[in-house]
Amino acid sequence: MIRSVPRSRWFDGLYLAYLVAFFIYLAMPLAVTAVFAFNDSPFPSLPWQGFTLDWYLADGSGGRTGLFHDDTLLSALWVSTRIAFWVTVVSVALGCVNAVLFERLEFRGKEFLYLLMLLPLVIPGVILGVSILVFYSGMANDASRLWGIELDIFRPGLTLVVMGQVTFIATLATLVIAARLRKFDRQLEEAALNLGATPMVAWFTVTLPWLLPSIFGAAAMAFLMSFENFNTTVMLTGSDTPLTVALFNRLREGSTPVLNAVALFLMLVSALLAMVTLRQKS
Amino acid sequence: MNSGAARLSLWLLLTPFLLWIVLLVLVPHLQMLRVSFQVRESWDTLAWGLEQYQNFFTESYYWRTFVRTGVMSLFTTFLTLLIAFPVAWYIARLARGRARGLLFLACLIPFWASELVRTYGWMILLRESGLFSSWLQALGWADGPVEMLYNDVAVIIGLVYNGLLFMVVPLVTTLDGMDENLVEAGYDLGGNHLTVLREVVVPWAMPGIVSGCIVVFMLTLGSYLTPILMGGKDSAWFTGQIFTQFITRFNWEQGAALGVLLLVLSSLMVWLGLKLSGQSLRKVMG
Repeated sequence: MIRSVPRSRWFDGLYLAYLVAFFIYLAMPLAVTAVFAFNDSPFPSLPWQGFTLDWYLADGSGGRTGLFHDDTLLSALWVSTRIAFWVTVVSVALGCVNAVLFERLEFRGKEFLYLLMLLPLVIPGVILGVSILVFYSGMANDASRLWGIELDIFRPGLTLVVMGQVTFIATLATLVIAARLRKFDRQLEEAALNLGATPMVAWFTVTLPWLLPSIFGAAAMAFLMSFENFNTTVMLTGSDTPLTVALFNRLREGSTPVLNAVALFLMLVSALLAMVTLRQKS
Repeated sequence: MNSGAARLSLWLLLTPFLLWIVLLVLVPHLQMLRVSFQVRESWDTLAWGLEQYQNFFTESYYWRTFVRTGVMSLFTTFLTLLIAFPVAWYIARLARGRARGLLFLACLIPFWASELVRTYGWMILLRESGLFSSWLQALGWADGPVEMLYNDVAVIIGLVYNGLLFMVVPLVTTLDGMDENLVEAGYDLGGNHLTVLREVVVPWAMPGIVSGCIVVFMLTLGSYLTPILMGGKDSAWFTGQIFTQFITRFNWEQGAALGVLLLVLSSLMVWLGLKLSGQSLRKVMG
């Protein structure tokens, strides 16, 4: 099964066929979604009626409304972008602080706190959303009923969505940044200190530049994860619906090629962000 | 640095971490646990009780879905492992140079798209007016439209698809570090493909297998979109019931109890997986 061990032709052929089938399986749903975003037919299905950009550009006059004229989807896109921005800022900041905390400092109970840090990864996303809804929204309800104080910030809405997503995305950001910090040669920092830099100056001129690629990587990942998240988001969303939730609602009403157009758009944005992440890694 | 400054910097770094973990993880989950033991007597009075948990065990709809979700998630995880292993093996051990990087990238690509997009793609392929149905008719293998969506097989196809990446990546990472001499030694000592796989490769890849299985199981158990959109009337999923309690019925107490049960099941399986394989969470996740 390794290169140096002889394999039969028959086995090799079978293996190759399996791999080809696997990658077709992997590519098919996405390829099909992308292709039907350009089919000139009101339904995303065969037969192929010709190429059109209507599902992006149509302004509603011909009975078709393309993505760029669909106010609901566009505003959902904007909501998602705002959420993703804040999630990225908070998660990456937390990730940096946590990375230094776990990679550089020694303190009692560190091992235990590290396990706590990993905890959000083993809790299903739906539960993360539900628990935050129960606690914060419940608190807002109680405050309103008992004391007449309105804590609107803790009602389902953007703030809660950001909080819910930060819960697990901060863990991922921490892991990415900590992995890079672990590879840092501390002698560089000591050299800076010996040459008369204060710890602050050494941090900003030596350590931070070293971490920068991982910070960008973590930011791109955080943005992507936030943008795509559904399970946690759907529990916490208020009147401003993010894109994934808006798409889900549309899908339940029935599918039109506009959904394919949005899906393809999402794929391209994700690919772009993923490119950034990969480039940073290499 | 003197000890005062060291202590100050420790607390400065520890505070954001503690705020995050306490306010967003620990306290909300404890509150969910607390709410699950509350019984609503009237609109503003609550009592302690086990009513929600009794409902779960007496109404067969709840626990049947619970068991079904658990069993199907296990099956999906196992199937994902079986499908992913040969691919991971090829990428880690047989492919060379550029092909290796490209194949790995090809595994990553679908996961840049959101779960909703992937599920939608499968719906376009499998439904009655979908591509597979059209192709079957064009080939003359079916007389009319064939509905392949809205059943358990469709759900499993979608779930396996969603889990693949999280299985392939840890497998490739562990298999990559394996010494080929071990495999050669296995063959030299008279092993065949199967014994070498069982005695050498699988024990070596165990950390990757466990880590992949845990993540895939968790994702599958907690997934909502795929089973809801691709499943039929009989393929209820436990997260769907939690959702119904919270969003449609506003019965937070019952929803919280179901949430606690799901969390217990997932934690139990993660713990069991770690125990059986002798791995630690730190090694598997961090």
